[in-house]
Amino acid sequence: MKLDSKIPEGPIGEKWTKHKFKLKLVNPANRRKYDIIVVGTGLAGSSAAASLGEMGYNVKVFCFQDSPRRAHSIAAQGGINSAKNYRNDGDSVYRLFYDTVKGGDYRAREGNVHRLAEVSVNIIDQCVAQGVPFAREYGGLLDNRSFGGAQVSRTFYARGQTGQQLLLGAYSALERQVNEGTVKQYTRHEMLDVVTVDGVTRGVVVRDLVTGEIESHSAHAVLLCTGGYGNVFYLSTNAQGCNVTAAWRAHKKGALFANPCFTQIHPTCIPVSGDHQSKLTLMSESLRNDGRVWVPAKPGDKRLAFDIPESERDYFLERKYPSFGNLVPRDVASRNAKEMCDLGKGVGASGLAVYLDFADSIKRLGEDAVRAKYGNLFDMYAQITGENPYKTPMRIYPAVHYTMGGLWVDYNLSTTIKGLYSLGEANFSDHGANRLGASALMQGLADGYFVIPATLSDYLAEIGPKAIDKTHPAFAQAVKDVQERTARLLAINGKKTANEYHKELGKIMWEYCGMARNKEGLQKAQKLIQELRADFWKNVKVSGEAGELNPNLERAGRVADFLELGELMVVDALERNESCGGHFREEYQTDENEAQRDDDNYAYVAAWEYKGDNKPEELHKEDLVFENVKLTQRSYK
Amino acid sequence: MAGNMNITLKVWRQKNAHTKGKLVSYDAKDVSPDMSFLEMIDEVNEVLIKKGDEPIAFDHDCREGICGMCSMVIDGRPHGPKEGITTCQLHMRSFKDGDTITIEPWRAKGFPVVKDLVVDRSAFDRIIQAGGYISVNTGVTIDANAIAISKQDSDKAFDAATCIGCGACVAACKNASAMLFLSAKVSQLSLLPQGHPERMSRVENMLQQMEDEGFGNCSNTGACSVECPKEIGQEHIARLNREFIAAKASSENV
Repeated sequence: MKLDSKIPEGPIGEKWTKHKFKLKLVNPANRRKYDIIVVGTGLAGSSAAASLGEMGYNVKVFCFQDSPRRAHSIAAQGGINSAKNYRNDGDSVYRLFYDTVKGGDYRAREGNVHRLAEVSVNIIDQCVAQGVPFAREYGGLLDNRSFGGAQVSRTFYARGQTGQQLLLGAYSALERQVNEGTVKQYTRHEMLDVVTVDGVTRGVVVRDLVTGEIESHSAHAVLLCTGGYGNVFYLSTNAQGCNVTAAWRAHKKGALFANPCFTQIHPTCIPVSGDHQSKLTLMSESLRNDGRVWVPAKPGDKRLAFDIPESERDYFLERKYPSFGNLVPRDVASRNAKEMCDLGKGVGASGLAVYLDFADSIKRLGEDAVRAKYGNLFDMYAQITGENPYKTPMRIYPAVHYTMGGLWVDYNLSTTIKGLYSLGEANFSDHGANRLGASALMQGLADGYFVIPATLSDYLAEIGPKAIDKTHPAFAQAVKDVQERTARLLAINGKKTANEYHKELGKIMWEYCGMARNKEGLQKAQKLIQELRADFWKNVKVSGEAGELNPNLERAGRVADFLELGELMVVDALERNESCGGHFREEYQTDENEAQRDDDNYAYVAAWEYKGDNKPEELHKEDLVFENVKLTQRSYK
Repeated sequence: MAGNMNITLKVWRQKNAHTKGKLVSYDAKDVSPDMSFLEMIDEVNEVLIKKGDEPIAFDHDCREGICGMCSMVIDGRPHGPKEGITTCQLHMRSFKDGDTITIEPWRAKGFPVVKDLVVDRSAFDRIIQAGGYISVNTGVTIDANAIAISKQDSDKAFDAATCIGCGACVAACKNASAMLFLSAKVSQLSLLPQGHPERMSRVENMLQQMEDEGFGNCSNTGACSVECPKEIGQEHIARLNREFIAAKASSENV
C-alpha cells in the first residue's frame, strides 16, 4: 500500500488556496441528494454537521451521550490559538505554523499545519458571530493570554471554560440545522461498525443504547469525529465515556492507524488520591501563566510548603529553561516533573506531585484578580482535594490528556477507506509528537468548519448522488457481526468486571508506555496485554441484557477494543527507536536528558494496517518532507 | 483504612419508562472520604455486577462538573447537599459514617425516567432548537474585533452562558419549570449585539416550546438558582421576562 498524503504542490502559503480551487464542487440543488453521517458531536463533529447541514446536505449525526452538548470538548479549559496578532507582539500565520511544527517535535506535516494556522483566524470570527462570550478588555475588544511553547499571546479564552463556550456555539449551530430539517440527530446511539462494499464506505452500524437495538444507516460518506483514546490508560483527563471503539472498528475494516504511541501527558493535573479513582482532573495550562512550579531542593524534604524557605526551593522549570520558564511545552514540563519525583523531591503523601504556587501572583495582582482569571479552576481543585489553593500551593502531577495519534488521513481528511473521513482528535494529522496547548480546539473547529466542507465535495462530486443500496447484504452482515459480538460478551459470565480489566490495562500502559518507555518494558507490556486480552474473553462478567439500557455492556465492548489498541501502541513505541515529543524512549536522550530525535531514520508517520485477530499489524511509512522549517534540536532554554 | 465510612444507600430502581419504580437499599462499605460520590456508586456497582445483579444505571461523563450529564437528587436536593457543584464534584467527605443517603432521579413531566436514575432530557435540545442560537452560517468574514462589546455586558453574557443544561433547575422547582435554563440562553444572546436581530422571535419560540414539553411556569420561588451548580441567578429570569414583554408588545405572533 502506497500512502499518498495528497499535499498540494507549490509554496506553503498557497497550497490550501490553490487546492480549494481545484476541488470539485456539488451544485447547491444536488446537495440534498447526498446522505452524510457524522459520528461524534464534539467540536469537530458538531461544527462539521452544522456546516454541512447549512450547505444543504442531508446529515445524520450520532452521539452516545444524551445530548450533543455533552461531548468532552466541553471540558477543555484554557483557550484556543489563533494567529490574529491582536497584541501586535509579532504573531503571524507563519509563526503559528512554525511554533506548531516545532512544538510537535517535527513529526507533523507542514502542509496540514500551515492550513490550520491559516484558518485559525476565521475560527475566531465565526465563534464571535455565533455569540461565544470570549474574554474582553475594558475597551470592548478581545483579550488574549499566553500558552506553552509560544512567546506570543495568541490564545483566546472564556475564563477557564473555553471548550464549553466553543462547543455550545457549535451545538447551537447544529440545533439550528436540526430545526431546519437538514440534520437528524440520534442521541444515546453508539457506533459499532462501518459498513463497506468493495472497500468503499456505505454506512455504519449503531446500537440504540436505550432499546439495545442494533441498526444500520447508509450514507455516501461517513465522518468519524469520535475523539481520542486516552482512556486506554484507564486514568486520564478524558470523560468516562471517551473510547476508541468507532475508530478501532474502522481500523479493523481497513483504515490505517497512525502514530498510536504519540500520547500527551499533561503536566498540570490533580494527583491520584487512591485506588477508587475513576478519572483525573486537569488544571489548565493557563495556570502556568501565573503559577510557579517548584519542589524542595533537598530530596525527602517533607516539611509543609510554607516552612520551606525560598532558598531551599527549586523552581526547576525556570532554572532549566530561562527563556520559556514555566511555559515550556507540555511534554517537557511533564518529563521534568517526573524527573524531580524520581529524584525523591516529590511532594504530598504519595511523593508523586510537584507544587504549582500562586503566592507571588496573589501578592502582585491581588487575590481578586487571580480569582477573576482562574476562579472556577481553583474551586474545582478545592472540591477535589479539600485544600484551599489561594492559601497553599496546588499539588500537581502529569496525567494522560490527549492522543496525537489516530486514524491516518490525507490532506482531505480521508482515511484509507474511500468515503470514510476522520476529524479532530480522532485523526493523527496536525500535532506531530506533541500538541501545543490551545491547539486542540483550534484543530477540531478548523477540520469541522473549514476543511471538511471544502474537501468532502470533491469526493461526493466524483461518486455522484445515486442512492445507496441498503438492501446490499453487507448491511445485514455487519449488523449480524455486531449482534454476535454483543451476545458473546454477555455469554462469558466470568468472574472479573470489565472495569477491573480496564484498570489492569491502564496500569500496564502507564508503567511501560507512559511518560518514559524502554525496549525491555515495552516487550514485557506487549506480552502482558496479550495475556490480559485472552483472559478477558474467557473471564469477563457482564451483567444485564442486550435489549435494554446497559452501561455495563457498553463499557465491556469499549474495554475489549482498548485491549487491542493497547498492544498496537506498545508495538508502535517499540518500533520507533528515537525519542520525540511525548514519545520518550529512555535509550534515546541528549546529555541534558532531552528527547533525542533520529531524523535520518524516523522522520515518518507510522501507519499501521490491521491483518486479522492476533496477527501482527503491518507498518506503512509516510515520509515527512520539511521544505520550510529547519529540523533542529528543540530548545526552550 | 482509618477514616473510611459505612453508608446505607436508598436508590430509586426502575427497569424502564413503562414500569413502576421503588427505592432499594444497598450497603456502601469502606468508603474513603476522598472518593467522589459517583466513585462510591461505581464501587457499589462493581459488587452488584459480580453478584450477577444489574448495576444502578446513572448518567455521568466528564466527572469534572462541566458536561451536565450527571443528575441525581440526593437527600431531596438536586446534585446533593453542597451548593455550586454537580454530583460528580461532590465528595464523600461531605458525609459521615453511618449515614443513610436517598438517591432519586430528576422528577418532572418533561424528563421521563429512562431507567433507574437516568432521565430523558431531550426536551432541552428541542428548546434550544426553537431558537437558542444566532442564525449565522459558517464562513463569517466580519473580523472578530469589528464589534466592540463592553466588558460588563460580555461578562454578564458569560455568566449566563455557563449553564451546563443539567436540568437541576427543573428538578428543584415545584412547578418543574425550565425557566432558569431558558433564561440563561435568552439572557446570553440578548446581552450581546449579535443576538439582537432575533431577540423577539427567540424568546417567544423558546417559551412556547418549553410549554409544549410539559414544563411548568415560573412562580419566582428561586429554588432553581439555589440548586444550580453554576449558580445562575434570578436576574436572568427577570431579563427573560423583560424580553418577553417587549416581544409581545410588538409581536406579530399574538
